[in-house]
Amino acid sequence: MQLWLIPILPLAGFTINGMFGRRFSKATVNAVAIGSVVLSFAWVLKTLIALGVLNSAYTEHYFTWIQSGTFSVGCDMAVDRLTAIMLLVVTGIGSLIHIYSIGYMAHEGGYYRFFAYLNLFMFFMLTLVLAANYLLLFVGWEGVGLCSYLLIGFYFDKKFATNAGNKAFIVNRIGDFGFSLAMFLIVSQFGSLDFGTVFSKAPAASEATLTTIGLLLLVGAAGKSAQIPLYVWLPDAMAGPTPVSALIHAATMVTAGVYMTARSWVIYTHAPIAMQTIAVIGIATAFFAATIGLAQNDIKKVFAYSTVSQLGYMFVGVGCGAFSAGVYHLMTHAFFKALLFLGSGSVIHALSGEQDMRQMGGLRSKIPWTCWTMFCASLAIAGFPFTSGFLSKDAILLAANHTAPWIYWVGTITAGMTAFYVFRAFFMTFFGKYRGHAHHPHESPPVMLVPLVILAILSLGGGYLFRIPEFLGSLFPAQEVPEDFNLMAIASGAGLLGILLAYVMYVLKPGIPEAIASGLNGIYQLVYNKYFVDEIYDAAVVKPVVGGSRLLLWKGMDAGLIDGIVNGVGARARNVGGALRMLQSGNARSYATWVAFGGVLVIVALGVAQGVTR
Amino acid sequence: MSQVPISWFLTLSAILFVLGVAGFIFRRSIITMFMSIELMLNAVNLSFITFSYQLKQVDGHLFVFFVMVVAAAEAAVGLAIILTVFKNRQTLNIDEVNSMKN
Repeated sequence: MQLWLIPILPLAGFTINGMFGRRFSKATVNAVAIGSVVLSFAWVLKTLIALGVLNSAYTEHYFTWIQSGTFSVGCDMAVDRLTAIMLLVVTGIGSLIHIYSIGYMAHEGGYYRFFAYLNLFMFFMLTLVLAANYLLLFVGWEGVGLCSYLLIGFYFDKKFATNAGNKAFIVNRIGDFGFSLAMFLIVSQFGSLDFGTVFSKAPAASEATLTTIGLLLLVGAAGKSAQIPLYVWLPDAMAGPTPVSALIHAATMVTAGVYMTARSWVIYTHAPIAMQTIAVIGIATAFFAATIGLAQNDIKKVFAYSTVSQLGYMFVGVGCGAFSAGVYHLMTHAFFKALLFLGSGSVIHALSGEQDMRQMGGLRSKIPWTCWTMFCASLAIAGFPFTSGFLSKDAILLAANHTAPWIYWVGTITAGMTAFYVFRAFFMTFFGKYRGHAHHPHESPPVMLVPLVILAILSLGGGYLFRIPEFLGSLFPAQEVPEDFNLMAIASGAGLLGILLAYVMYVLKPGIPEAIASGLNGIYQLVYNKYFVDEIYDAAVVKPVVGGSRLLLWKGMDAGLIDGIVNGVGARARNVGGALRMLQSGNARSYATWVAFGGVLVIVALGVAQGVTR
Repeated sequence: MSQVPISWFLTLSAILFVLGVAGFIFRRSIITMFMSIELMLNAVNLSFITFSYQLKQVDGHLFVFFVMVVAAAEAAVGLAIILTVFKNRQTLNIDEVNSMKN
C-alpha cells in the first residue's frame, strides 16, 4: 500500500525547497510545497479507500532499525481507524493551511524557508501518526518539536520570537524527558516498543507499573499538548506566523499528546489513577486557561489560551475513558480552531499587522468573508447546538458526568466562559466602531478566503463526518454513556448565555467591561497578567537554574576548577622551566662543571648503593 | 721481578683524569680544553689497560682501541670546528663563543 509515500512526499518538498528554494520563483516554491502536501493528502485518500472499513490495523514493515539481543525496533508504519482520522486531519487541514499561506506570506521575507519548514513539519507529524512503535512515534514527536521551534522563531530578527522559540523547545524537553523514561520502563517491562506487543502484554502487568508508565507518558503529553503545568510555552508560541499557529499550535502538533494517550488506552484503562490524573489535569487546564482568555486583548493570545483550554477538554475526554470523544473533539477542534487562527490571520493581514483587539472594531462591513467564516468557527467553539463543536464537546461532557459529575459542572462553566471570550473577541473585532489607525482595511485575496470557507463548512458540519463515535467505538473499550437531554441542554445553554453576555457587554453597552474591570481591579489584574505564572516560574525555576549555572557551573566548575587545573598545570610547567632555564647559561665551562658534578654524583650514588647492599 | 703495584697505575690514572677535568673546567682556551679532554680519555685508557693486565683479560685492550679510534675521529672533527670558530670569531676564548645564548 506504500504508506511510506505519505510522509516522504512532504520530505521531498522540504528537501527541494530547502536546497534550491532560494533560487526558485515564488510560483515554483508554491508548486513544490503545496503540491507535495496535496499529493500526500491524495495518497491518504487513496490508501484509506483501498483499505476500506479498517476493522483491524494494517501494518507495513520496512526495515529493522535497531537490533540488540532479543530487543528489536523496526521502521514500521500502521494504519488503524485512529490513525486514519489523524491522517485526514493532518494532511487535509495541512493542505488548506499551505494554500492559505500563499496569500498570508506573500509579502514576507524568507518565503521558501517558511514553506520548507512547513513541509518538514508535515513529514514529522505524519511519521508520528503512522508510527507503529513508540520509538518511531518519538522521532516524529521530537521532529515536530524542532519544526515548532524553527517556525515560532521564524522572525529570528525579533528578540521575543526567538525567546518564545527557546521557551517552547525547553518546556517540551521536560515533557520529552518523561516520555523517554516511560519508554525505558516499557522496554524493561515488556521487552518491546511495538504497540501491538506492548498492548497485548500490558494487561498482565502490575497496576503500579502501568500507573507509572501512564503518568510518565502523561508528562510527555502535557508538555506537547500544553497542559498544566507545562502549558506556558503555547501562548508565547504565537510569535510565529499565523498559519503556523493554526497548523502546529492549534490543529495538529499540540494534539499529538491527546493522540498518544488515546493510542496508549490499553495502559490507561488498567491504570485508573493515571486516568483520573489526566481528567483532573485536563479540567483544571480547561478552566484555568479559559479564565485567562477572558481578559486578553491580543487576538492571537485569546485563541492561544482557548487552544490550551480546548486541549484540556480533550484530556478530560481521554481521562474519563471516552477516548473516542477525545479524538472526536480533537478533529472538530482542528476545524474550528484552525479557522479561528486563519481568520484572525486574515484580520491581521487586513490591518497590516495589528493584533490588538482594542485597535479593531467595525470590520464586519470591510472584510465580510473573514467576518462570517469566523462567525461559523465561533459558533462551533461556543457549542452552539448542532455545530461540530457542540457534538464533540457534548460527548466529552456526558462522559465526564458519567465518571464524576463535578467535572461536568466545571466543564459546563468553562464552556460558558469559552463562548464568552470567543464572542468577546468576535464582537470587539467586527462590531462597534473602527478604533484603529491602519489605513483602509482590505479583504484578503481569494487564495486565503477559499480555505476559510471550506473550514467554515467543516466547523459547522464536520461533526457529522465519518460518524466518529461509532467509527472509533470498536477500537476503544465500549463505554455506556446514557444520552441525557437535560445535561446537553444545560451545557449548550451555558454557551448561549456566554454569547448573549458577550453581545450585551461588547455591543449593546460597551461601558460595562471597563466598569467591571475597575470594580474588580485586583482580580482583573491577576487574570490579565495570566496569574503571574510566567513570573512565578521565572522566580522559582528559571532564575535558580540560571543563577546556579552561572555561579556553580560556570564560575565554580568551569572557570574555577577545570580552567584552574589546566592553567595551573601550564603555570607550574612555566615556573619549573623558568628555574631550569637558569642552567642554560650559554657558558660552556659552566656546562662542563655540571657534567663533572653529575659524574661525581653518579659515582657517589653508586658507592652509597653498593655500601648499602653490602 | 718486582712489580710496580697496581694501585700506583690507578692512582696515576685518577690524577691524570682529575687534571683533565680541572683543565676542562678552568681553562678558557678551546685548544687547552680540547687537550684536557684527550688527557681524560687517556687517563681512562690507562685504567682500562691496568685492569686488563690485572684480570688477564683482553677486553680492556679492545676498549682502549675503540677509545683511541673515537678520540682520533673526535680530534679531526674538533680541530676542524676550532679552526672554523677562529676564522669566524678571531678568538678562542670559550666565554666569548656563546651565540647559542641570545
